Amino acid sequence: MTNPKGPSVEESAAATMEPSAITSLDGAVIHLENVHKTYDLGEVQVHALRGVSLEIAASEFVAVMGASGSGKSTLMNILGCLDRPTRGRYLLEGTDVSQLSKVELARISNRKLGFVFQQFNLLARTSALENVELPTVYAGLTPQERELRARESLERVGLADRAQHYPSQLSGGQQQRVAIARALVNRPAILLADEPTGNLDSHTAVEIMDILQRLNQEEGLTVVLVTHEHDIAQYARRALEFRDGKLQRDAPVRDRWVAREVLPTLPSLDEEDAEDAAK
Amino acid sequence: MDFWNTLRLALRALARNKLRSSLTMLGIIIGVGAVIATVSIGQGAEYLVQQGIQSMGTNAVFIAAGSGRPGGARMGFWAVKTLTIDDMNAIVREVPLIREAAPAVVGRVQVVYQNQNWNTGITGTTPNYFRIRNWPVQAGSIFGQDEVDSAANVCLLGTTVSRILFGEENPVGKQIRIGQLPFRVVGVLESKGQSVMGDDQDDRIFAPYTTVQRKISGITWIQFINASAISREASTAAVAPITALLRERHRIRPGEDEDFFVRTQSDVADLADQTQRVMTLLLGSIASVSLLVGGIGIMNIMLVSVTERTREIGVRMAVGATESDVQMQFLVEAVALSMSGGLVGIIVGLIGSALISNFLAWPTLISVKAIITAAIFSVAVGIFFGFYPARKAAQLDPIEALRYE
Ligand SMILES: Nc1ncnc2c1ncn2[C@@H]1O[C@H](COP(=O)(O)OP(=O)(O)O)[C@@H](O)[C@H]1O
Ligand SMILES: [Mg+2]
Repeated sequence: MTNPKGPSVEESAAATMEPSAITSLDGAVIHLENVHKTYDLGEVQVHALRGVSLEIAASEFVAVMGASGSGKSTLMNILGCLDRPTRGRYLLEGTDVSQLSKVELARISNRKLGFVFQQFNLLARTSALENVELPTVYAGLTPQERELRARESLERVGLADRAQHYPSQLSGGQQQRVAIARALVNRPAILLADEPTGNLDSHTAVEIMDILQRLNQEEGLTVVLVTHEHDIAQYARRALEFRDGKLQRDAPVRDRWVAREVLPTLPSLDEEDAEDAAK
Repeated sequence: MDFWNTLRLALRALARNKLRSSLTMLGIIIGVGAVIATVSIGQGAEYLVQQGIQSMGTNAVFIAAGSGRPGGARMGFWAVKTLTIDDMNAIVREVPLIREAAPAVVGRVQVVYQNQNWNTGITGTTPNYFRIRNWPVQAGSIFGQDEVDSAANVCLLGTTVSRILFGEENPVGKQIRIGQLPFRVVGVLESKGQSVMGDDQDDRIFAPYTTVQRKISGITWIQFINASAISREASTAAVAPITALLRERHRIRPGEDEDFFVRTQSDVADLADQTQRVMTLLLGSIASVSLLVGGIGIMNIMLVSVTERTREIGVRMAVGATESDVQMQFLVEAVALSMSGGLVGIIVGLIGSALISNFLAWPTLISVKAIITAAIFSVAVGIFFGFYPARKAAQLDPIEALRYE
């Protein structure tokens, strides 16, 4: 992925072109250039990211690794347009995000990006279907289109039959699948997942990885996944290792695991069956 | 996000916390309800007063025996014997601003028709009384001057008396007894409703003043003069010459209190206006205080709601809600809260005034203006007090909001 001439080509281009008109030369969907993020806490300054440059191409499956506090979430927030770099440039599908207004940023995160969080972040007392519909509401779809899309999306994560359930009636794994369905509903190009398996048991975690792998493989969805577990990173195609806000290692995953093959070998918890029986 | 979605969302959020929403609305409900009820009571009162003022007659000037001044020596009209028919004639003759005048001699009598018996007021007067007070007959005719001259036993009935004694029967030409004396009914007056003081003006019979003086009351003086001035301005301007004339005729020395008083229609109207102004001011203060309290309640609950739903706000922002989407959501919620309060308040106020007019027999007049004003104000309260919490929600940092525990 390293492009020795990259920075110099970009810089000379920047000198002659409108910044927002710059498009990535190699078709990368994500292009970071010397990105810094500093939190100014008055007395101290926290350098969460110190000069990160990287490119992620379409249909990649990238695991972002690193110890707690190494800057993984900060990176994800910038990638997700929830935050802006203090310094450096971020091109998303060729658009310089730092040039965009807040409204345009909201539009981009709505249309191009899907978010999955560690804590699921579903709206309580709101059905799975309506949780999934949420991004379509802000995309301005009609109620009919919204429901159609949401049902379709729930189907993709295998939860079509739980559309009317509330989050409290769903297991952790099911809640995270609803969250994935929500992230997919506006058909984004990129899925950003910050420790999506952090609150799940290992069996359920592999099920989630199975969904992400299939979306990546079958539909060409770009997946960027934060995790601090090597076992989870093994399902990605490429691993980035962060340390103290710097990208320390960037390498393809060797002996990549396929969740669909791993699942049958795990001791079956029958989590869902147990839950259904309990009701 | 479109408006209907925002509204649906707001109503759902409010429905989720029904008790809390209702308690928050209570301030607005009470405020708006109280205002609607009191306005309709006040309007009812004003209607009565206006009716009363109208019923005094055109450009009316009213002269009564006795002292009208609260501070002065109090003498009721029944105790003062100095006002006479000659005084009245002198006024008409010597005060050019006065077009005409009619005397009034009043008393209470027992009237009997067959087996019906009724205690009512009687007014003795002249035929022009009914012209001065714009009070036509609905059946029969008014007695004539010759019947006044001869002190004839004829009478006119107010509609209340007519209804009680005769029911559906036509009283014209019938014989009734007033006290021990037989009287012939010559006509029935049209209904005039309540007076400024709130009594039923139709519960009364009328006869020539000479008849009442000689055969019923046994007096030679009169108690009231109902005069009519040539114009509205003239009615006010006539007060001074009338007062001067009567003081002279009654030989009242300078500095001494008068034994009569003069009122005009505009005096009464002014008094009514003043009362109305005080009422409006009072209502205005009640309304603004309760709307203020209600508004602060809304602001408080919206701030709580924003804090409680910090994570939800973060999620919405992460999936593409703009600042204005979030702001709109909470603003619409606040307005929905205050407007529902306003609507319930209007209903409560209407029910309240209906109950009052039912049980206290006080006429109430529904004021459309008050209802519209209340609705507008409750929306305004929602916008005003909802703005700050909504702004706070919109300016949350999505990352912080998502991390909020
Ligand atoms: N809003 C913030 N204000 C101040 N410091 C922050 C903030 N967010 C993150 N940090 C700091 O930035 C560094 C990187 O944080 P983060 O990206 O959350 O790490 P990770 O997700 O890898 O655990 C940490 O030292 C953290 O304390
Ligand atoms: Mg983190």
